[in-house]
Amino acid sequence: MKPRDATDLAEAVRAATSPFSVIGLGTKLNLGRPVSAPPLDLSNFKGIVAYEPEELILECGAATKLSDVEKLLAAQNQMLAFEPPNYAGILSTKHSGSIGGTLACNLAGPRRLKAGAARDHILGFTGVNGQGEIIRAGARVVKNVTGYDLPRLMAGSYGTLMTFTSVIFKVLPKPETEQTCVLADHGVSLAVAQMAQVLATGAEVSSAAYVPKHGVYLRIEGIKASVKARIDMLHAGMKLHEVLPAAKSRKLWQELRDVQPLADQNEQEIWRIVMPPSETSEFLAALPFAHDYYLDWAGALTWLAAKPGADVRRYMNSGVATLFRADEAARAETDVFHPQAPELAALSVRIKNAFDPRRLFNPHKMYREF
Amino acid sequence: MLRMPEPDQSVLARRAEIVTAMRRIVPHASVIESATQMRPYESDGLTAYKQLPMLVVLPETTAQVSAILKYAQSHNIKIVPRGAGTSLSGGALPLEDGILLGLAKFNRVLDIDFTNRCVVAQPGVTNLAITKVVEHNGFYYAPDPSSQIACTIGGNVAENSGGVHCLKYGLTTNNILGIEVVLMTGEVLRLGGKFCEQAGYDLLAVMTGSEGLLGVVTEVTVRIIKKAQTARAALIGFPSNESAGQCVADIISAGIIPGGMEMMDKPAIHAAETFVHAGYPLNVEALLIVELDGPQVEVDDLLARVEKIATANKSKTLRVSNSEAERTLFWAGRKAAFPAVGRISPDYMCMDGTIPRKKLPEVLKGMAKLSKKHRLAVANVFHAGDGNLHPLILFDANKEGELARAEEFGADILRLCVKVGGVLTGEHGVGVEKRDLMDTMFNPIEMEQQLRIKCAFDPKNLLNPGKVYPTLHACAEQGRMMVRGGALPHPDLPRF
Repeated sequence: MKPRDATDLAEAVRAATSPFSVIGLGTKLNLGRPVSAPPLDLSNFKGIVAYEPEELILECGAATKLSDVEKLLAAQNQMLAFEPPNYAGILSTKHSGSIGGTLACNLAGPRRLKAGAARDHILGFTGVNGQGEIIRAGARVVKNVTGYDLPRLMAGSYGTLMTFTSVIFKVLPKPETEQTCVLADHGVSLAVAQMAQVLATGAEVSSAAYVPKHGVYLRIEGIKASVKARIDMLHAGMKLHEVLPAAKSRKLWQELRDVQPLADQNEQEIWRIVMPPSETSEFLAALPFAHDYYLDWAGALTWLAAKPGADVRRYMNSGVATLFRADEAARAETDVFHPQAPELAALSVRIKNAFDPRRLFNPHKMYREF
Repeated sequence: MLRMPEPDQSVLARRAEIVTAMRRIVPHASVIESATQMRPYESDGLTAYKQLPMLVVLPETTAQVSAILKYAQSHNIKIVPRGAGTSLSGGALPLEDGILLGLAKFNRVLDIDFTNRCVVAQPGVTNLAITKVVEHNGFYYAPDPSSQIACTIGGNVAENSGGVHCLKYGLTTNNILGIEVVLMTGEVLRLGGKFCEQAGYDLLAVMTGSEGLLGVVTEVTVRIIKKAQTARAALIGFPSNESAGQCVADIISAGIIPGGMEMMDKPAIHAAETFVHAGYPLNVEALLIVELDGPQVEVDDLLARVEKIATANKSKTLRVSNSEAERTLFWAGRKAAFPAVGRISPDYMCMDGTIPRKKLPEVLKGMAKLSKKHRLAVANVFHAGDGNLHPLILFDANKEGELARAEEFGADILRLCVKVGGVLTGEHGVGVEKRDLMDTMFNPIEMEQQLRIKCAFDPKNLLNPGKVYPTLHACAEQGRMMVRGGALPHPDLPRF
């Protein structure tokens, strides 16, 4: 099924008697639990609807390639500030996928520390719900509290609530330049402490990561004079092992964004774990199985590679763990997304029913219950 | 005049019994039943509407809130949650047959966590109090609604409050990490935590800005950030609204996102200057306050760029703050704009539309026409960076028909905002004030989709009914309803 336009899509959904696997450009099929249903191919919903740099808004078809969007914005020195990752390498896909998929998976890169995730930049969308009704939510304005926040609810819904035909995002100016300060590696617990210490200074670090054996990376972005002043500020408070110039800095953060440090862990499962930074080093120390990892978001995000079947959640005090990369059988058997408390799970089912009562979209992709 | 859902006489008849039941859950004095003592709760910041509740209950623990809601659910009693009552859209307007659930006793900061850069607070803690407990370490909570000394963090979550700095630092929704929320069933849920993700759907986002219709928030975890090293402001006068608007567009096109960027029109400038004597130029048509914050060198550099852009847009006056005192003075006029207008007019009504910024000249011209039509003056303050417009309509409620005319004028302004591609509310919420205008933005199908979210949380429609949405909704039909040809979904249900 490959609808031509929103009306066509709405009709297809209304006429449907069995579920679909919702597909934009097909790069996120291996995220989440496997869906065994014929595809609902949304790749026709592409192209820029409106880009107004001075209004900071971009509206485009949901299946517009993320890389096309990024090129368009870069030409005006703008960007999606949440820095959507390109998981093509780690998930073995052809490219980074679509802007709609980016929203559906609520992606975010290292700059999340300062700029948030896709959910913090989505302003609106048009889509079709499970009853085949066309719904428009949000608007081409950056500030709006009219009615329930449907656009943000779509972020991280993995195509289980609605199918998007177009999306509206807030865009922001690109920083003029960037550099990265490197602190020598003295272990994870000091690294987390150092990142917290830096975030308590006026250095306005936009990303902070720790890679074992390499050290702590601190990204400073902005106008040239400001970047220099802030690096001086860091210099005054701690010993900098190295300062990476702009090109090297960009390359480094792109690699960290795209989970490249774990790219050669082909036999391992990859987990994406978010927890309060203060709990991260204890969590890692408690793991009884061999693992490789690195930290982003000042220690709030752990990317972890471990043997298949490792029970990562058992060692967490709080937070959310997602089985990010595993083979299909494992993703069908394990809770890919973090299990919910019973009351919350029941509410999630009611939310699902509010949008897709016939359970047509991506059945069981997030949880077994729906 | 505004219609609210018909009071349920069977509930009113059971009032004494309900009072007794409430006193089994909370201490005797925490249930207020006399009209005199309930008077302070009869309205919120939207004082044009007043209604005494059936009774006021002031719980202080999550367990009490849970027990109250559970009782209300099983006895079909409506609940209206209330923080500090500063809502400008009537979100906390009581219902005649409802319990007004005041959260003021939830006033403790539970955890100050600099390591994870967050504060855990009860919902009755004021917005500013959160900053107060962390500022000794140079941290603050970013959203700063102008009512921040009084408004509560729970109310901020309910309204998704903004402030003058939200273009750069985001709204409430971008600055909270987790909440504890009680549903009408009495179930207690935790969404998020001291980390930035949730298991499953982003229900934190749905709760934020839901105006007390989905659940009662009993705990909030907010993100705190380090205060910028310095802040300086430029005060720039323009010969026309168009040139000021163009200057704003040019600043943003140049890649500059100011910490705050506010615009005032001539009537607002004059009212503020007379009140505060901030040194605002009186011979200009529009005034911009552009504030840059960050490291000193960055602020100085960007201010120089802003000056150039302003000059290129024919600015008539330009002053840059050279001290913290001067910066505060620049802001004093803007921050006092509402009371200043209150001084020149017996009453005023504050509107809150958002428009695509480029439509500002068109909207201001349209507003001037409407001002003539409704024979009422209007002053405008504008969060210029994010297109959030606050027209202040001047009227005298003691003059026959003026309130009705002011309301009509306000509705016309909001219709105009929607017509140019904007929205009904940027930060004040829909409440009761803009409820009956929702259909200018949403068609019946879209409205129905939103109401189905309400059903997922509160199928009996007991939590703050009559707010935000102009129709009640029969949840039993969920999943089978189809709307055709723009017809109203439930012609049989009351539309108020």
